[in-house]
Amino acid sequence: MDKHSSFAVSNPHKVPLDTIQKLGLWMGIIGLMILTLATFNIHAEPKNVFAIVSIVLMLVGAIIYGRQTYIKSAPGIKNNHVWFKTLTNRGVIGWFLGVILTLFYVLLYWFPKYLGLGIEGAENTGLIVMFDGLSQFFKGQPASQWFVYGTLYTLAIVSLGIKFMYKYRHNRYQLIRTVVVMACQLFLAYLIPEILEGLNTERPYFAKDIKNIWPLNYYFFESWHLDNMVNGGTLGMFYLVVGIFMFAVFTPIITYFVGKRWYCSWVCGCGGLAETAGDPFRHLSSKKLSAWKLERWLIHSVMVFIFVVTVAVLYGYFTGKGDVFGLSIYEYFSKPYGFLIGAMFSGVIGVGFYPMLGSRVWCRFGCPLAGYMGIIQRFKSRFRITTNGGQCISCGNCSTYCEQGIDVRAYAQKGENIVRASCVGCGICSAVCPRGVLKLENGPEKGRINPTDVLLGNDVDLMDLVNKR
Amino acid sequence: MEHIVIIGNGISGVTAARHIRKLSDKKITIVSAETDYFFSRTALMYVYMGHMKFEHTQPYENWFWKKNRIDLKKGYVKTVDTKNKTLHFSNDDTLQYDKLIIATGSKPNKFGWPGQDLDGVMGMYHKQDLESLEKHAPNNKVCKRAVIVGGGLIGIELAEMLHSRHIPVTFLVRESSFWNGVLPEQESAMINKEILSNGIDLRLGVNLKEIKADENGKAKSVVIAETGEEITCDVVGLTAGVSPNIDFIKDSGTRAEPGQSIETGRGVKVNRYLETNIPDVYAIGDCAEQHDPIGNRRPIEAVWYTGRMMGETVAQTICGNRIAYKPGHWFNSAKFFNIEYQTYGWVWAKPKDHEARFYWEHDSGKKCIHLNYDKDTREFIGINNLGIRMRHEFFDKVLSEKRTIDYVLEHLADANFDPEFYKLHEPEIVAKFNQENNTNIRLKKKSWKRIFNLTA
Repeated sequence: MDKHSSFAVSNPHKVPLDTIQKLGLWMGIIGLMILTLATFNIHAEPKNVFAIVSIVLMLVGAIIYGRQTYIKSAPGIKNNHVWFKTLTNRGVIGWFLGVILTLFYVLLYWFPKYLGLGIEGAENTGLIVMFDGLSQFFKGQPASQWFVYGTLYTLAIVSLGIKFMYKYRHNRYQLIRTVVVMACQLFLAYLIPEILEGLNTERPYFAKDIKNIWPLNYYFFESWHLDNMVNGGTLGMFYLVVGIFMFAVFTPIITYFVGKRWYCSWVCGCGGLAETAGDPFRHLSSKKLSAWKLERWLIHSVMVFIFVVTVAVLYGYFTGKGDVFGLSIYEYFSKPYGFLIGAMFSGVIGVGFYPMLGSRVWCRFGCPLAGYMGIIQRFKSRFRITTNGGQCISCGNCSTYCEQGIDVRAYAQKGENIVRASCVGCGICSAVCPRGVLKLENGPEKGRINPTDVLLGNDVDLMDLVNKR
Repeated sequence: MEHIVIIGNGISGVTAARHIRKLSDKKITIVSAETDYFFSRTALMYVYMGHMKFEHTQPYENWFWKKNRIDLKKGYVKTVDTKNKTLHFSNDDTLQYDKLIIATGSKPNKFGWPGQDLDGVMGMYHKQDLESLEKHAPNNKVCKRAVIVGGGLIGIELAEMLHSRHIPVTFLVRESSFWNGVLPEQESAMINKEILSNGIDLRLGVNLKEIKADENGKAKSVVIAETGEEITCDVVGLTAGVSPNIDFIKDSGTRAEPGQSIETGRGVKVNRYLETNIPDVYAIGDCAEQHDPIGNRRPIEAVWYTGRMMGETVAQTICGNRIAYKPGHWFNSAKFFNIEYQTYGWVWAKPKDHEARFYWEHDSGKKCIHLNYDKDTREFIGINNLGIRMRHEFFDKVLSEKRTIDYVLEHLADANFDPEFYKLHEPEIVAKFNQENNTNIRLKKKSWKRIFNLTA
């Protein structure tokens, strides 16, 4: 049976691509090749122009490919052959992509000079020099590795987000959610911060992505960042006040009303990438009970970790000391968190392992902001996924396509609503359900969690007898 | 310790086992010849289509059974010796029971067609059928055309499966329109269109005459009875309904002493308590046949939901709380290619004398609702909804409280279960009803309070 998950490069049920799909695919590949070659210092001149050409090729190529792939068949669920494809079933192409992504993140975080970052005033080369023109345009300075990363990240969300919209064109929840998540990345995370950076070049750096809320933005309370905001004029003070407000007031209130989905699958950049570029890998998340246990330990450990780190750095900030209990705040708190969690977990494993572990590894096992909202969602929120009486047939589509690894079926087949800390409200379980069983809703808290033994549809007396508590 | 043996690890048997475990400490053994572990039969299609792997169709992880002390035994029961309370397996193994639950489900119907047992001819019911299909129809090179015989739920699912592998399909349907013994003509017509729009060669009003073999004994073509047309194909799917899978019970009966054989008709005959004529032997699910049908239900109900309900019920009886099987209001669901179908209450293919109907169809031709009500009392009787999801709780309550059609239409916004942001058609539906019936029903705004009270 398992010839499907073989390492064969070819798909045993391969469906040939048509001319338009090939055109889109090749445009994307050529765009990607321009940047790949640049990474090895093989540049086409002028670089600025070719950077734009590459971006346009990838964007338009993805749109053409996505449109042609999905528009050929009637609107509806498009999961045919997902487990047969080598890209989406941990085959050779999947592993290859995983290795490339992981390598890219390793270089990005720790060896940016191999991507072409000019060290100590040297000129950029390689991949990064390609983006100097764009960076000059925004903020009058050469590109950093983070500018390149931000540009490519935004490109991935927008181009593959449009592909996603063709895939789910029958589902208005998915369409609206995806437009919002794409816009949040393009404007809030990319254009506005870069433009503001350009307008305030004389001021020290501070994070200008308004939705990158502490503790996801783990350096928000670090001394240098607080100082830079305080010294950042009105704009800096604005970001300081809004940053605290977002975490302390806005987030819990909105999460109470609609669940953490408002952030995780509508606004967040990590979530945005997972929902668009990561969509073809969503089914690879583990649904085992053991994975859930690991999840609860890990995500809450990270929460405790960042809380301790933040207390330490704030102590340092207000006392002016560099250590706490004789331990260097930088060496023992900020640095390990930044390395282990900020870079290793959220970047290298979080995205690099998409084709192995699914698209939400960071969001599920690591993100402390998701953990914080998860606690609110589980214990004090109006959000739930309603199970439609006794209509579940236990088919398992919902669980299979849950990127967060929630065994949705385990609840649905008991007629029980799904109220889980980790649910990011992407709505795909509801979309793939063939029997109309699941609906994401915000409603009264009372009766939100409704354990049942005997399901609706059976003898009323029996239901009363068995389900009474 | 009392030993409960359940033959069949489908939804009925497994539900019974789970509930017996909740209620008691009895020893439980589930016997199956099909698979090691419970899986969702309705999901087999998604394995072939590549939406899921087989393991995803298993609702419980493999450790579940041991943890809950439910023994699993793989084996084919050949005969049941009710006198000595012993099962005899095909490999001469035996198993003693104190109480026996027969939950062996169905098997695909075959009506004695010539060639029905040829290589390449299969039903789509058991896991083995899926494996056979994977072998005979892996792609459109090995299988250049498939013919499906029988226009029911499994037939259309098989068509969708083959279509996902780009295999041309000819779909032979005996009725003049798809599933019109169950669906009213409007819904049936909508599904006909859906089938055709997916490129399926749908042939209505035709019967299978015979399946012809090639020199290797493999199916090579089918012949249509009405026209004599011969259609070349590599796979033939027989999906003309299912019947109880109880040959081994019938066999046992012929060998048993008088008074020791389990009474059978088409299925295993049971009373309201799901008890057979033999003490301590019960039958549930697809294989059980009620002596007298319950309400408007059929004596044999081969439906996922009813199997589960019987499992829930029989567990009570076995654990000392003897309780009759009294299913609540009828409901069901299916998916026809991209069109989802739900039904609550009764909407017959043809209206009965006292019934009035209201039908609304969306311009797209892919959504509709069909309401059935009493023309004198205006009591709501049932709804079919295609392409629109509806709340089970809402209609269950409406049916229990014997509400009128007017009430249902007024509260249609409460009933809707489509995902958020979907375009709602309730105003249009109510307007059409008012226009046709000269009424003045006003749609109420969706009320969480009302919806919530429904589920309290």
